Amino acid sequence: MITDRCTQIRRIAAGLGLAAGMAFASSALAQPLTYVIAFPAGGESDVTARIQEPALKAASGKDVVVQYKAGAGGATAWASLNKMPADGSTVMGTNLPHIFLQPMEKDVGYKTDDLVNVYIFQLTPDAIVVPADSPYKSLQDLIDAAKKAPGTITLAGSGTNSGPHLSAVTFNKLAGVKTTYIPFSGTATSVAAMLGKQVNGAMTFTTAAIQQGDKVRMLAVALDKRLDSHPNVPTFKELGIDMTSGVFRGVAVPKGTPDAERKKLSDLFGKVNQDPAFRKKMTEAGFVIVDVPYDKMAPFLAAKSKEYEAAAREVGMIK
Amino acid sequence: MDLLAYALAALSVGNLALALIGVIAGTVIGAMPGLTATMAVAVLVPFTFTMEPAPALILLGAIYTGAIYGGAYSAVLLNTPGTPSAIATTFDGYPMAKRGDGDLAITLACLASVFGGLVGAICLLLLAPPLAEVALAFGPVEYFWLAILGLTLVAALSEGDAWKGIVGACVGLLLSMIGSAIVGGDIRYTLDTQFLLGGIGVVPALIGLFCIPVLIDLVTSREEHLQIEGKVAGFRLGEAMRIALRNKVNLVRSSGIGTLIGMLPGAGGSIAALVAYSEARRSAKDPDSFGKGNPAGVIASESSNNATVGGGFIPTLVLGIPGTPADAVVLGALLVQGIKIGPALFTEQSSIAYTFIIGLIVATVLMLPVGLVLGRYAYGSIIAVPKALLVPAIAFLTIIGSYAIQNNVDDVIVMFGIGVIGWVLNCYGFSPAPIVLGLILGPLAEQGFVQAWMIGSATDNLLGMYFGRPISLAIIAVATLTLLYPTLSRRYQERKARRAAARTH
Repeated sequence: MITDRCTQIRRIAAGLGLAAGMAFASSALAQPLTYVIAFPAGGESDVTARIQEPALKAASGKDVVVQYKAGAGGATAWASLNKMPADGSTVMGTNLPHIFLQPMEKDVGYKTDDLVNVYIFQLTPDAIVVPADSPYKSLQDLIDAAKKAPGTITLAGSGTNSGPHLSAVTFNKLAGVKTTYIPFSGTATSVAAMLGKQVNGAMTFTTAAIQQGDKVRMLAVALDKRLDSHPNVPTFKELGIDMTSGVFRGVAVPKGTPDAERKKLSDLFGKVNQDPAFRKKMTEAGFVIVDVPYDKMAPFLAAKSKEYEAAAREVGMIK
Repeated sequence: MDLLAYALAALSVGNLALALIGVIAGTVIGAMPGLTATMAVAVLVPFTFTMEPAPALILLGAIYTGAIYGGAYSAVLLNTPGTPSAIATTFDGYPMAKRGDGDLAITLACLASVFGGLVGAICLLLLAPPLAEVALAFGPVEYFWLAILGLTLVAALSEGDAWKGIVGACVGLLLSMIGSAIVGGDIRYTLDTQFLLGGIGVVPALIGLFCIPVLIDLVTSREEHLQIEGKVAGFRLGEAMRIALRNKVNLVRSSGIGTLIGMLPGAGGSIAALVAYSEARRSAKDPDSFGKGNPAGVIASESSNNATVGGGFIPTLVLGIPGTPADAVVLGALLVQGIKIGPALFTEQSSIAYTFIIGLIVATVLMLPVGLVLGRYAYGSIIAVPKALLVPAIAFLTIIGSYAIQNNVDDVIVMFGIGVIGWVLNCYGFSPAPIVLGLILGPLAEQGFVQAWMIGSATDNLLGMYFGRPISLAIIAVATLTLLYPTLSRRYQERKARRAAARTH
């Protein structure tokens, strides 16, 4: 009996060793592109990566492995990026303003400058959204109501000291009104609160608004020009509120990645951005495709940094 | 009727095969201590990206419902809930297994899960849009009171040791505050480390609190895990049927509770099962037998947690707002497929929606044979496997399970640390369930309270916010009743006894 068990264990051990050896061999043969997502499966970062996946595969000729390393709103993954293989085989999704706001607020294990962004490919614009049967037919209605009774208009949004929070505060300042921002645990819960009329409206994303179809009304989008899919929704700019904001998504590489590899990856994601199937799926969902390649990254980030810092000061995140 | 066409589409050979595979895979993953239903769904999501939308959804739904049921196996046989929603199953399931009725408990869990799953799925099929409106009526303040109701259950669940239960819940509440707060962004109790910034995850804590003490106990005692003398595991289906029939009110009530709580985004299956369990106990003629192996407890927990599957899909499909954590994963999978979830799904793409719902019903029905056979096998093997193999296997799974949640070693450390604390507390008579409950309900209560406070202050109606809304008042009433019921019923019994005594004199 005992010998039986021993042989069994030995057999299992041998099997495991064989499997490990095979995994090693196959990884040495064709190095896949590892694409690390700093959020759980099913989130908007994951959705973007999954839509990119076929185009990435076609353009690079490599297998693409999407991995998840969620935690602390993305900080867990970003703090670990520079410990990953720096040979061009690993990229990690990054989000703006997250990578600026988190280190500003507290020590999260990484600094904004630790992350080498190689490409920014999309923008999820902010929008103020109200239920379809809300008395506020236009942004002006909402502003008028807020002026009449300062503080009584409530806007739900995802998180404190987050993109939507900063946008809500910026909106207050630029429109010269006082609305009350109510933080929720995520985009979905804040939209639910808006749909259930627990709050007057939501400072959320175009993607979340489009998902709700004719149940909601977008009052304004924080873009330079109107959304192609929603030509009758004005921008804040048209209404005299100079606000363009949202979440930018891109990819970063570990610091040690050679310059040639950084360029190569930047070109690769640029090519994916031109893929018609990718463009169609993204714009239908309410994302806006942007192109910030590696050689234009530094000025772009510098401008954003200034913008976020001003907003963070306004919220009281930094003194 | 269109439904017939959808039913035929759902019943194609390929879809049936997927439903069967999904249920089997889900049940097996759910049965592993440490591997949760959300994880089962998340692991298998990438495989569905290359599939057509309807079969992909059927597969995911089947895995999900199977995993919720599979959680009962380890709850009954090892006293470790396989998924958070099986916590309440351990209360009576494990005592049943200890006295040799494990096979009966597993069969009962199967019957109850199928019944609950069907109730949830049929509500999804017939009542989804109106029920989604009900879910939206729950605002921050309702979630706050719901969390308070959940906390009053602690007192009721740990009767006899109510104080220890309350202390345990407070420990859980404190643990839930670690990290940066969602509402307010304050950073609390992180000891200036980055390690604790993300807070204590419910799942690693759950795995630690339930599995580590079981592991240590297995190692420190000489006896075999479950001692069943010369009895071969059977289905005991007839006996289980009779018990289920006697519990028909319990079944219907628990399934209803499961559907309702499942469709509230943010509440989830674990709370549903606990509410159903305590309701079953409160309305029973023999509440004292609960926690000591009363089959009605297993029925309440298992029917309600499977009802949350259908219930959770109601806001997911109708509003695009996930009802449970696993639904959030499914939602992402659908977005990748290019399906417009939300109000448009039931109008523009109704064929996908209805094919999926019917597929879910089919998968739930398939759970009956699959569950009975797998259950028998699980029972037989858990008894047959020697402790020397069982312990390392469970230990391995707890580590894999807590790591796989976010591919993060920190969670493994949290799991282990909390597990050891849990074992010490266990030695002093503090059970793990109230701690986990505090951890789950803490954020719900806190966020709801602060949001309600902010909205109330903004609209200058603070009192009306907390005490002026009908759903809130109803929840407050139930919570008060739960809290006072044991005392009131005891008084009533005493008075009756006294009167009876007076009459005989």
